[in-house]
Amino acid sequence: MLTLQCPYCGVWAEETELHAEGEAHLKRFGPDSDDADFESYLFMRENPKGVHLERWRHASGCGKFFHAARSTTTLEVFGTYSAQTLEPPQDIKDKISAKIPNWSWREFS
Amino acid sequence: MSEAVSALDGVTFEGFAKVAETGLRGMITVRGDLASKEMMAAVKAATGAVLPAQRKVTSGDTGAVAWMSPDELLVVVDYDAANEAVATLTDALKGSHALVANVSDARAVFRLSGDSSRDVLAKLAPVDFSKDAFAAGDIRRSRIAQVPAAVWGNEDGSFEVICFRSVAQYVFDVLKVSAEVGGEVNHLG
Repeated sequence: MLTLQCPYCGVWAEETELHAEGEAHLKRFGPDSDDADFESYLFMRENPKGVHLERWRHASGCGKFFHAARSTTTLEVFGTYSAQTLEPPQDIKDKISAKIPNWSWREFS
Repeated sequence: MSEAVSALDGVTFEGFAKVAETGLRGMITVRGDLASKEMMAAVKAATGAVLPAQRKVTSGDTGAVAWMSPDELLVVVDYDAANEAVATLTDALKGSHALVANVSDARAVFRLSGDSSRDVLAKLAPVDFSKDAFAAGDIRRSRIAQVPAAVWGNEDGSFEVICFRSVAQYVFDVLKVSAEVGGEVNHLG
């Protein structure tokens, strides 16, 4: 059972109280963007073996969206962080690097 | 004016813990900047209570205030006083980015009492209800079986569960099954 700490209400919430909301840090390409960018925004998703950044929602709790960094192979959770950000905070990156040196995920590493 | 009735009209069940619908209750959702002094003054004016810390409930002379999320409070007052409290809050928050809504009739409240109330709740929600983790004055929004609900602890050791009115019967039924004699767990006491 996956247990994540909601950064907004501080609760250690287990999976059934949360809702998975797909990939984190998607950049939206809207009107006037070219088709390739819009296609990548809509359909192109990471499916990594290892470090993954995801969006979750504390659906049965405070209702807020947040981000989580975890490993898809070991299910280890590196940490959760606010959704009001465009990239993972340095302390989360450091925690991942401590366990998995040379990791990368899209443009982050 | 039509006669207001609560969802299940005060139904009760006595198992190894007691489950009772508490009847009508004034409940007001307040959203806005919880750190602002306008919010502090508004809550004080409506209930006499101070602003609750994260996942806490505070109470004052005329009501209680529960922390629901980083930008949301639930103000609990007498049912008849709800409209007046809405006016007080709206007035005090005038000019700031905030929302005040009377949700009294959209909710149902159940009270769980008895020594084993914690066990009744622990069977239904993915929450640590041990005495160390959840005490009087704490509130936790979670789920009861399959529907959203919030639970807080009262000073007298009882618990109150609020849920949406539309699922009141469901919540009462699952609480009832959980509190049935023969289903004692005697774990959290």
